[in-house]
Amino acid sequence: MKTDFKPLFAPKTMAVVGVSLTNASHPANVIFNKLNLRYPVKVYPVNPRGGRIIRDKVYKSLADLPERPDHVVIAARAPHVPAILEDCIACGAGAATIISGGFAESGRRDLQEQITCLAGEAGFPFIGPNCLGIYVPDRFDTFFLPGERLVRPMKGNVALVSQSGGVLVDQMVKFAGQGIGLSLAVSIGNKALVRETDLLRYLARDPATEVIAFYIEGFAHREGRLFVELASKCSKPVVVLKAGKSNQGRRAVSSHTASLAGDYAVFSQVLAQHGIVEARNEYELLSFCESLSCYKQAIEGKVGIITVSGGHGVLAVDTCTAHGLQVPALDETAKEQIRTGLSSSIREIASLENPVDLTGSARDDDFIAAANGLLKTRAIDCILLSLLPYSPGISSDLGARLSHVDRNQEMPIVAYVPHVEKYRMLIEGFELNRVPVSNSIEGAVLMLEALRRCQPC
Amino acid sequence: MLKKTIRQILEDSRPYGWVLEPDAKRILKLSGIPVPKGKVVRSLPEALAAGRKLGFPVVAKAVGPTLIHKSDVGAVILAIADESNLQAAYGRLTEIPGCRAVLVETMEQGLEMIVGGRTDPQFGPVVLLGMGGTGVEIYNDISLRMAPVKDHDVRSMIRCLRARELLTGFRGNPPVNIEALVELVLCFSKLVVKMGDLIDSMDLNPVLCSPTGCVATDARIILANTPAKTENRLEEDNYCNRPSGRA
Repeated sequence: MKTDFKPLFAPKTMAVVGVSLTNASHPANVIFNKLNLRYPVKVYPVNPRGGRIIRDKVYKSLADLPERPDHVVIAARAPHVPAILEDCIACGAGAATIISGGFAESGRRDLQEQITCLAGEAGFPFIGPNCLGIYVPDRFDTFFLPGERLVRPMKGNVALVSQSGGVLVDQMVKFAGQGIGLSLAVSIGNKALVRETDLLRYLARDPATEVIAFYIEGFAHREGRLFVELASKCSKPVVVLKAGKSNQGRRAVSSHTASLAGDYAVFSQVLAQHGIVEARNEYELLSFCESLSCYKQAIEGKVGIITVSGGHGVLAVDTCTAHGLQVPALDETAKEQIRTGLSSSIREIASLENPVDLTGSARDDDFIAAANGLLKTRAIDCILLSLLPYSPGISSDLGARLSHVDRNQEMPIVAYVPHVEKYRMLIEGFELNRVPVSNSIEGAVLMLEALRRCQPC
Repeated sequence: MLKKTIRQILEDSRPYGWVLEPDAKRILKLSGIPVPKGKVVRSLPEALAAGRKLGFPVVAKAVGPTLIHKSDVGAVILAIADESNLQAAYGRLTEIPGCRAVLVETMEQGLEMIVGGRTDPQFGPVVLLGMGGTGVEIYNDISLRMAPVKDHDVRSMIRCLRARELLTGFRGNPPVNIEALVELVLCFSKLVVKMGDLIDSMDLNPVLCSPTGCVATDARIILANTPAKTENRLEEDNYCNRPSGRA
């Protein structure tokens, strides 16, 4: 069955079912208020008792609304949900988010099956139940968290899909902190109807999304197979953070294969086989998404390093090696190319091996010369810049300038710059020009690792 | 489709929950996977005749439905040099409780690898390649891929092993026949896919790899619906499945 997801993610009219007439902090009221006051959607509150909340008329049923809602947020108690879902379908609504808990997660599998069959037969998509639902920057969100408590990442090209609402909100805080924009974020909760594979299909075609990230606890029977098949057909990078890696399920194991090929070992290696980038932790998820939102091409992982500190050069080499990246030696032509571009004072003291150590006396032009030289050599296929702005020759313009060095070679550049407020302009000079910046060497190396791993192994 | 003979062997093995080694090796042979030459014998004269025909040294193994972990009970005797040693070996094996017959085989040489397959609840059939022998769980040097695998997948599985240098020639040792290994894993992967839900898992351990070729010298096929499998099913039920019938 072909289901239209547009009402789910791009609604113009919405309804919130289950608003309280007496309790202003009821989840449904929180959702209604934020939709009503802060987002460009028309929203109607619904409660069978009718009445008013603040200035707004409360409608007794979805059928009474003056117009057909695209998207209905259901925050009523679980036993009422099947009837509300029937009303949604009857009134011609396009989609729903079921916030309410009290389904499979608390033993009411029957109730969950009831709503899944009901909506499935009608071709009516819903997210949930037992979820936070959807966040689309500048458009709407269904989170029952007050606006002032929520950290909202800016609009961007990463889609984040999470089984857990808590993990999703926490990741949003980190994405916002790192300046990574989202096309949308979805907490799918019990994923009774709309599941990871459905969203992967939708996001693969969504023009606003360029990177698709998942937090996954587990797949149903054979669902993993479908997921990797869809992901390998999808031209956008797919990043997965898996929870539940330890093999707690005690199993009588009678063969070596059964004991070696445990659930997580299979998960991890099958993902790699299909070019899906598995993030081992939340920090990796962040770095991988940031890097893949800037660069699409996969690399072999031959890193050219530019640094102002010998120590950082060595640390960067160690970290690259630990993450399966190489730091190859530069040929004489490349060294000569760099040498001729350097200012005369630096030419004498810089080390032109890889890492290229420009020393603490280097000025902006020396970085440009080094980057230009590295871009021309085939010994490397990506550049890691380690920039320490305490060095007095580095100006705030360097980020933007380095982002604009000849990029025809399509060689990915990532930077490590300590994230301190006074270096903000340098960092933004990179980030606004789509050069990802990390606040650690490890993070910058992870960004390159993502590009190496976003291809079938 | 699974060959009729293979289907029959699996059906006949159902009461045991696993496929006895001689039968498992027939399945492998029918699937294009090299196994040692051998004969199942039930008397000493038969054993000695088999030894003479195969040529010494030979290997002898006890066969029986309860002998699933053979090396734990001393049911495998390697490098039997001549008839008198084979006679002694036959005597020892037939004294093992549960021994119903003895398998006499040619003695193969090579690097010990493991080739395995399993029906994963989330991903379906998967294949495994790793450094083999009795210490596989300790080395844990394995590559896993979703089956069926293609030629480039198998080469990537080999590349991803930490001990890959042992295969490509280490310290003057000649490299093993990589093409034969690739071919073996490809055949095995097809077999795993065809057997699908009929099996829980399958081990070829060891597969002995040498410059001349690769031979599966031991094979164990665990059938589905054994108690182990039932436990898997319970785990799967923890996920909330959507009802079937929705695309």
